[in-house]
Amino acid sequence: MTVEVRLTASLQRLAGGQRALQVEARTVGELLERLEALYPGFKSSVLDNGQLQRFVNIFLNDEDIRFLQQLETPLKDGDVVSILPALAGGEGGR
Amino acid sequence: MNVYIPTPFRKLAGNQAYVQAEGRTVREVLEHLAQRYPGLASMVFDQDRRIQAHINVYLNSQEIHSLQGPETPVQDGDEVAVIPALAGGQVLTPEQVMRYSRHIIMPQVGPIGQRKLMAAKVLVVGAGGLGGPAALYLALAGVGTIGIVDFDLVDLSNLQRQVLHQNDDVGRPKTQSARETLLAYNPDVDVQLHEAPLTSDNALDIIPRYDIVINGADNFTTRYLVNDACYFAGKPLVDAAILMFDAQMTVFVPGQGCYRCLFPSPPPPGAVPNCAEAGVLGALTGVIGSLQAIEAMKLILGVGEPLVGRLLLYDALTAEFRVVKVRRDPKCPLCGDDPTITTLIDYEGFCGAPFPGREAS
Repeated sequence: MTVEVRLTASLQRLAGGQRALQVEARTVGELLERLEALYPGFKSSVLDNGQLQRFVNIFLNDEDIRFLQQLETPLKDGDVVSILPALAGGEGGR
Repeated sequence: MNVYIPTPFRKLAGNQAYVQAEGRTVREVLEHLAQRYPGLASMVFDQDRRIQAHINVYLNSQEIHSLQGPETPVQDGDEVAVIPALAGGQVLTPEQVMRYSRHIIMPQVGPIGQRKLMAAKVLVVGAGGLGGPAALYLALAGVGTIGIVDFDLVDLSNLQRQVLHQNDDVGRPKTQSARETLLAYNPDVDVQLHEAPLTSDNALDIIPRYDIVINGADNFTTRYLVNDACYFAGKPLVDAAILMFDAQMTVFVPGQGCYRCLFPSPPPPGAVPNCAEAGVLGALTGVIGSLQAIEAMKLILGVGEPLVGRLLLYDALTAEFRVVKVRRDPKCPLCGDDPTITTLIDYEGFCGAPFPGREAS
C-alpha cells in the first residue's frame, strides 16, 4: 500500500529534512521499518523497545493508532500517516 | 429597508432577525416597525413615544446619537439595528456599545454575549509568543479580567514575535509591559498580573480564580503542571504548542481528555528541541495565539464548536490546516477511569527539567 507520511518539526531532521514522503507498507509497524531503512536512526526516535514512545503520537488519517491496532494498524492506498511528537515551544534554555 | 432585530426581541418580531420597514427618517422606520409589531413597540418606545434610553439604534453600524438622532434621514438599502443596551441588569455605556458594535451586531454575540465577554475571566500563562496575541485579542474583545502569568524580562530576541512588547520594553518585566499594552488598547479591561513562575505551590491558588486558561507556556514542565491544575480546578484549557513552522492546538475540558491522554510522558530532555534551539516563524505565534483567543471566546459565548476532542494541526509551509481526533484515554493517570495522579506532583522530577526561573534542583 502506498501511503503518505507527514512528519512534524523535529522529526523532519531525521528524515533528511523531508516533511512528507510516500512509503510502501501494509501496517504502521512496517512503515516505521521502511523509514528506518531509508533513514537509519529514525525508528529509535519514535519507538522504544518496539513500543511507541509516549511523547510521540501516530495518526492514521485522523485517528490515533493507540485506539486502532497500534503498530499492527493496517494501511490502505492513499492513507495519510502523521507522526507527531509533543511540542513544548518557547525558550526553555536560559 | 432592513431592520436588524437582536435575539432578545425576535419573538416579538415574528422570530426574524431582519424585518422590512419603511420611512424617511430613523424615527419613521421605527414607528413603522412598531405598527407592524406592537410587541416591539413597547420595548422600543416609552409612553411619550420617545426611544427608550437603554435602546441604542444604529444606522449602518453608526449609533444615531452621533448622527442626527431619531431624525437622521435614511435611504433605500440602509440598515437600522435596534440594540438593547440592557442585558443582565447592567447597562453598556454608549462608548462600550460603540467600541463593541462589531460584536453586538452579530447574532452569535449581541449585547448579551458582549456582557458575557465582559464578565469573563481568562488566565493567560506566559506573556510571550502565544500568550501575547491571545491576551491582545481578548482585551480588544472586552474580556473583563485577563490574568497574565510570567516572571521573565523582555529580551531582544522576543521582539521577533511577541506582540505585547516593544523596543523600549527590553529589560522590563514582561507582565508590566503586557499590562501597559493591553490597557493602551482597552482601558476597560482588568489586567491581573502574576509575576512569578507557575509551580505546584501556587497553581491551585491562581487558576481557580479564572474561568478559562490559555496555555502559552514554553516548556514541558509547565505544560504538565497547567494541564493537571486545570483538571483539578475544573477549568477548560485552551492548549497550543508551536515549533518552526508547525503548530498544534486543542481545547481540554475536564472529563473529556487532557494533555496526558495525548502525551502520557514528556520527551527526555533534549529529545525535542525548543524554539531557542530550532526556531519559530514569528507570525505563526500570531496565528495560533489568535486561534486560542477565539476558542476561549467560543467557550464564553457558548457558540460554535470548540476544539474539544479535536487536535488542530497547522503546517505553515504548506498552508494546511488538518484536524485529528483526540479522546480521553480510559487509562490516563490523571483523568482516566483509575487515576493515579490525584494531586499536583513534582513536575521537575517528572520532566527531568526545572521550572524555568528556578535554580535546577
